[in-house]
Amino acid sequence: MSHHLPALTIIVPLIAAPLCLLVRGRKPALGFIVAVTWAVFAMAIALIHRVVTEGVVVYRLGDWPSPWGIEYRIDMLGAFVILFVSAMGAAVGTYSTRSIAKELDERQAYLFGTVFLLCLAGLMGIAATGDMFNLFVFLEISALSSYALISLGRRRRALLAAFQYLVTGTIGATFILIGIGLLYMMTGTLNMAEMAEKIQPLEHHRTVLVAFAFLTVGISLKMAFFPLHFWLPNAYASAPSAVTAFLASTATKVSVYIFLRFVFTIFGGAFAFRQLALDAVLMPLAIAGMFIASAVAIFQTDLKRLLAYSSVAQIGYMVLGASLANVAGLTGAIVHMFNHALTKGGLFLAVGCLMHRYGSSKLDDLRGAGRTMPYTSLAIALGGLGLIGVPTTAGFVSKWYLVSGAFDRGLWPVAAMILLSSLLAVVYVWRIVETLYLKEPADPHKTVREAPLPLLIPTLLVIGASLWFGLSTSWSVGFASQAASELLGSHP
Amino acid sequence: MDTFFGLFNYWIVIFLMMTGFYIVIARGHLVKKVIGLNIFQASVILLYVSMGKVDGGTAPVLKEGFDIYSNPLPSVLMLTAIVVGVATTSVALALIVRIKEAYGTVEEDEILALDAEDA
Repeated sequence: MSHHLPALTIIVPLIAAPLCLLVRGRKPALGFIVAVTWAVFAMAIALIHRVVTEGVVVYRLGDWPSPWGIEYRIDMLGAFVILFVSAMGAAVGTYSTRSIAKELDERQAYLFGTVFLLCLAGLMGIAATGDMFNLFVFLEISALSSYALISLGRRRRALLAAFQYLVTGTIGATFILIGIGLLYMMTGTLNMAEMAEKIQPLEHHRTVLVAFAFLTVGISLKMAFFPLHFWLPNAYASAPSAVTAFLASTATKVSVYIFLRFVFTIFGGAFAFRQLALDAVLMPLAIAGMFIASAVAIFQTDLKRLLAYSSVAQIGYMVLGASLANVAGLTGAIVHMFNHALTKGGLFLAVGCLMHRYGSSKLDDLRGAGRTMPYTSLAIALGGLGLIGVPTTAGFVSKWYLVSGAFDRGLWPVAAMILLSSLLAVVYVWRIVETLYLKEPADPHKTVREAPLPLLIPTLLVIGASLWFGLSTSWSVGFASQAASELLGSHP
Repeated sequence: MDTFFGLFNYWIVIFLMMTGFYIVIARGHLVKKVIGLNIFQASVILLYVSMGKVDGGTAPVLKEGFDIYSNPLPSVLMLTAIVVGVATTSVALALIVRIKEAYGTVEEDEILALDAEDA
């Protein structure tokens, strides 16, 4: 049984998705989602435990030897991504029991469960697989299901947002497919480990350079890297709360994982950064994204849109860390994937709690919520501190590594930019806190109660975890720095 | 001239790719966007299939007289890509039906104008 653990982690949600269609009725379907997501989380913990004790776990599907068969190759980075994706899956799965009942037609809970589990399987499959084409298929599984999830939003603009995301996402995925095809043309293999070896002598070939360009643009579209982020705010603002929380914390992070995988494992950091000077392109764009998206976030009137723009800025931090291409910077990027998944996931869950009671996510309607919903508001305030990167929050840990990565490269202006852009985060987080705590309620006679426990408990757990990993960094930073040295060491 | 005519299939791929991409960007009609997306994906299918083709090669049959084989793997990969393309198209068309029901139009700028009125 434990031998098959890598495959089971992916296959259980993949099989559970169509089974969920058979479980009609709201209560059984939601119970099924909760059971499956927590089981997957437990398997992900067992998996990372195995990677820590035994090193890279290789699983051959159908026992076909590797250039012919598809293999799952789970290293530290993959296991870490699977861990936090499944953790957010479990939190959102629990949360959806009440949230979906309120925001969707209750009878459609089983349909939500099907698409949600498919999306979870796709995202984890990307992180597990060691085969390029398999990665593309998992990418499309997760993307197609996320289009459907976004279109579930109550307002009609969710439909257009989902359509725009579909067009953008398909173009991004097709670019990635072209890149994979060109690499296959040159190397004759789809296995990532084998391709990494065979590509070394071919790196000056024009086809490889074109493949690299297609992959970079395609992945940048997928991870909403500035200036290719235009689809993200609409999609996140109009999706149901549970969906926004799940996608915001996982989908773009998994795309960052794909980026790291291609740049460092397959092409090798030396090729991408020393020969092609990729950092000369990515670093200015990342910094521009950090500033511009944060500045746009300040002027938003809708809390969900505000947080969505902040997500675009946070992707900038991750790419910046990756483009520093040293151990500290890469550790910062990887640990920021994890920390930001917790922080932003927790924030969107808390916004869902507010929407559950207030029926709106507009800042004007949420005035004075700090008095009526103290726990939810506290969660938002703590999550906001995490976005700024205040010490003792998880956001501080990742920014610390990013800044020290910049100093290691001797790029002190970049370090200054990281700190300066955090000040913009102070402004938009302050706007939220001011609205919740200091403004008079919009309607003083309206009595609003605290969010129900099935919503509140996952929210507080996730926000609590983001504080815990701000104080106790041995796990998160330990995993991330090991993953970073694996990525940098794969091409000596 | 050899590069031009010898690689004509790649020229077709690039032509189709740019045509599809242009339609997606330039057209506001949502159904036309989906058609553009399909042309774009079809060009990639052509790219893969032509990279597997060997001059004079046949399907990989183990029999005397068949010495040169084309690589079947890219064609097989494209079967999966076709399935993905069909799934994408069907999700897109389903969304367009819902958009038509909700807005009464499938022109992107008209929908955006209606959204602006809502806000």
